[in-house]
Amino acid sequence: MISSSFRHALSVALLTVAGALAFSSCSDKPDTAQTLPFIGERDVRPRADGGPADTIFAAIPSFTLTNQDGQTITNQTFAGKVYVADFFFATCPSICPKMQSELLRVYEQFKGNPQVSFLSHTIDPAHDSIPVLRDYAQRLGIQDASRWHFATAPHDTIFSLASRYMTAAQKDSGVPGGYAHSGTFALIDSDRHIRGVYDGMVKEEVDRLIKELPILLQEEAAKQKKAQ
Amino acid sequence: MKPLKQPVWYLRGLALLGVAVSVGSCFSNRQNEGATLYASHCSNCHGAQGEGLKRLIPPLAGADYLTKNRNGLACLVRKGLQGPLIVNGVDYNQVMPAADSHLTDSQITNILNFVQTSWGNQGEIFTIREVTEQLRACGASDGQ
Ligand code: HEC
Repeated sequence: MISSSFRHALSVALLTVAGALAFSSCSDKPDTAQTLPFIGERDVRPRADGGPADTIFAAIPSFTLTNQDGQTITNQTFAGKVYVADFFFATCPSICPKMQSELLRVYEQFKGNPQVSFLSHTIDPAHDSIPVLRDYAQRLGIQDASRWHFATAPHDTIFSLASRYMTAAQKDSGVPGGYAHSGTFALIDSDRHIRGVYDGMVKEEVDRLIKELPILLQEEAAKQKKAQ
Repeated sequence: MKPLKQPVWYLRGLALLGVAVSVGSCFSNRQNEGATLYASHCSNCHGAQGEGLKRLIPPLAGADYLTKNRNGLACLVRKGLQGPLIVNGVDYNQVMPAADSHLTDSQITNILNFVQTSWGNQGEIFTIREVTEQLRACGASDGQ
């Protein structure tokens, strides 16, 4: 009796574990089939003809920046592509080296795919001149700006862009380095919409970006096919 | 009696696991303090394995700098470092800031010893006394 009730308990426990495993693999599954969400504030606009209202998703505004090769880059630079954006500065004493090494990991995964670009904005434009950015990029192993831009712009431009990419950044003389900012990686589709936000300081989050990026690429490929 | 055998085996396994876990947590020695301090003060830049980052941040694993500049290491950790330097034949030129919060002489000793004995490094161990002397020489000892 004892042993059979023990066995029963054991099998219940095993079943629970198996159930949990099955459950987690279920919730993993949609990742490959699903489309990525639209992130950020949305606006619902009633249609003049009384039809179902249009949803307007948050989008990255128009920008003009200069990259490490001294080239002007705008939204047009990323036309028909997806890109990953983040904010850093060359002398950042805290999170940046880790962040940039995580972004490098993503870059290494997708560097063979010209559909994917990278855009790192400096939040310290006063120090990070174009030569400083070029040196930084080359030291990181990025020889030219064809796929990964290290970009600068006037201070205010950068800071207002940061919030649009869901990155908190501000001057703060109380923290080492003089700037407080979060290590967000934002994944942007070819219509300027944010489709993923990841914590660049957390390996698992960056792994998720690496897993989700192909889902967006699939969607983009389908979109281009349709447009043809 | 036979059916009982398996469950008992399971229980024994669990008990063993429990012992292993509790033994593991008994080791809070200096090596451990060094590891913890390294994780919070150094690893964002130098990497969890002391691997550094390309040509931006020099490695600590297998770095010739550690043996060549042994006498300057304590002051380097307390005060930071900048300007061009060469580690294992590769040139670096960034800024390492001073430690972001105050580290005592003894904490610096533990960090350095963690570095000296990790990732295949087999550097000579530091005593607190040696570290305090190095720090005195650059006017940065706190005597703790
Ligand atoms: C903000 C990033 C950063 C942090 C944090 C940091 N370092 Fe460094 N470290 C550097 C950089 C950059 C250099 C090279 C400086 C230069 O180019 O002049 C360096 C150089 C060194 C060197 C000499 C070169 C070598 O690799 O052997 C040692 C030793 C060292 N750091 C140890 C440490 C220790 C120990 C800690 C933690 C207490 C630490 N660093 C924290 C960025 C950092």
